[in-house]
Amino acid sequence: MQKTRGRDAVLFVVLLVLAVLFLSPILIVLMNSFKGKFFISDTPFYFPDGQTFIGFKNYTEGVAKTGFFNAFGMSLFITVCSVAVIVLLTAMTAWYITRVKSTFTRLLYYIFVFSMIVPFQMVMFTMTKTANILHLDNPLGIILIYLGFGAGLSVFLFSGFVKSIPLEIEEADLIDGCNPVQSFFRVVLPILKPIAITVAILNVMWIWNDYLLPLLVIGTEYRTIPIAVQYLKGGYGSIDMGAMMAMLVLAILPIIIFYLLCQKYIIEGVVAGAVKG
Amino acid sequence: MSGGIFLTKSIKKYFALFALPTILVFTVIFIIPFLLGVYLSFTEFTTVTDAKWIGFGNYVKAFSNKDFLNALWFTLQFTVVAVITVNVFAFLLALMLTRGKKGTNLFRTIFFMPNLIGGIVLGYIWQLILNGVLMKFEVTLTVSAKYGFWGLIILMNWQLIGYMMIIYIAGIQNVSKDVIEAAKIDGCTRFGILRNVTIPLVMPSITICLFLTLSNSFKLFDQNLALTAGAPSKETSMLALDIYNTFYGSVGYEGVGQAKAVVFFVLVALIALIQLAATRRREVEN
Repeated sequence: MQKTRGRDAVLFVVLLVLAVLFLSPILIVLMNSFKGKFFISDTPFYFPDGQTFIGFKNYTEGVAKTGFFNAFGMSLFITVCSVAVIVLLTAMTAWYITRVKSTFTRLLYYIFVFSMIVPFQMVMFTMTKTANILHLDNPLGIILIYLGFGAGLSVFLFSGFVKSIPLEIEEADLIDGCNPVQSFFRVVLPILKPIAITVAILNVMWIWNDYLLPLLVIGTEYRTIPIAVQYLKGGYGSIDMGAMMAMLVLAILPIIIFYLLCQKYIIEGVVAGAVKG
Repeated sequence: MSGGIFLTKSIKKYFALFALPTILVFTVIFIIPFLLGVYLSFTEFTTVTDAKWIGFGNYVKAFSNKDFLNALWFTLQFTVVAVITVNVFAFLLALMLTRGKKGTNLFRTIFFMPNLIGGIVLGYIWQLILNGVLMKFEVTLTVSAKYGFWGLIILMNWQLIGYMMIIYIAGIQNVSKDVIEAAKIDGCTRFGILRNVTIPLVMPSITICLFLTLSNSFKLFDQNLALTAGAPSKETSMLALDIYNTFYGSVGYEGVGQAKAVVFFVLVALIALIQLAATRRREVEN
């Protein structure tokens, strides 16, 4: 008994040290965000003192330089709209191609699955040109682009779930005189809720943090948060470290809040997505 | 079964509503650019409309390009080291966190968190910290490719350990307590149980994690761009960054960039096929 208790204590201490190590990068950035920009690179591991502390000056400067609040609004708009469109439309598509069995729908399913393994660089150039030609290079158009790229994984996850729903439920509804549209929204969609949460979480994490796609498609006119952060790296590799620290903190903050609010769904969603994907 | 047909028939009429919007967008945004990309890799072009067929010329150029070969080698080395380190640490953490002790949930929450932070932000966080440490030795991250390499490895571990840990925890918790009790009664040591009972039973989780880290490491872009941007010169460029620089770094190399992208795609697809085969074989065995 003594021995196990001792072992437990050691385990707890090891985990505690690791937890501190895991959190320290974020805390160090937070600490440096309150220091003058010339004191950051030289002494990153010292607390701000009377000489180096400058309050929220980095924040006001960083926000002004990058247009952070506009970028935040843009990220929020693109993420929320894209995820809503993806969840609704791919759920409908997945239901259709799973319930209507034909060579065509089977082929479609395989093309959707295939698209999951294609890296972005493969279609980066041609997709950007297509978006320009079709005038999708604006905050509304990019929602459709995200639907195109998100369709693969989302249709795949929804299809897997639809297969497990017994046909009888939908049939009973149809026999009761409902048409498939009513049936989908009244009966199927509520059943899909758990997988819809998984699909939504996975797409939020992807789209919110995505850098290259929005840079190429709308980057010359609009900035999302990742673009705003990267923008701080000037043309010749010089970085205003003060503004950078403040922007890193502001970029992480919404993610941590979102994580703490929906932790259970996020962890479950990530596991479900990984196991099936 | 007849009911299934009834259902199919009544849904089929609603193709335009249910399936068409996604299929249309998917075709325009993915299928056409994909096919066009394959075609353009065999041509010389600067915009999509002025393509001239040149056969395998771009591929020859890609494979005789020093930067590309360097990026390929760097990516392969990085992927091997990242896959091993991330999975070993994640598995050990998962073992420590599945013993039902106090504070387990809090630790899990903390270890998983870095995974949610985007690649660009991760890159700059670690640039600050690694440069701060390296300063004590009077060098910076971009002095030599080996600093960039190990910097990326540390970053990748910080980002992915928590994620893989969560999957391992789910796997370990599925191992029934009875099996472990039985092994104990049979006189198995702690290590014996781990080797002969736990690890074989969490094999599905191990496969998933191996391939998740494999494809994540192989396709890395944002972190690479933010941490070193390939410096010194292009020595720490990974494949995705090299392809990006070939396209947008200089005019006239779009064809070569597209050929590199096709090669990149083939390699990623190969990894996915091996994964599929591994998963299938395991399912047959079980």
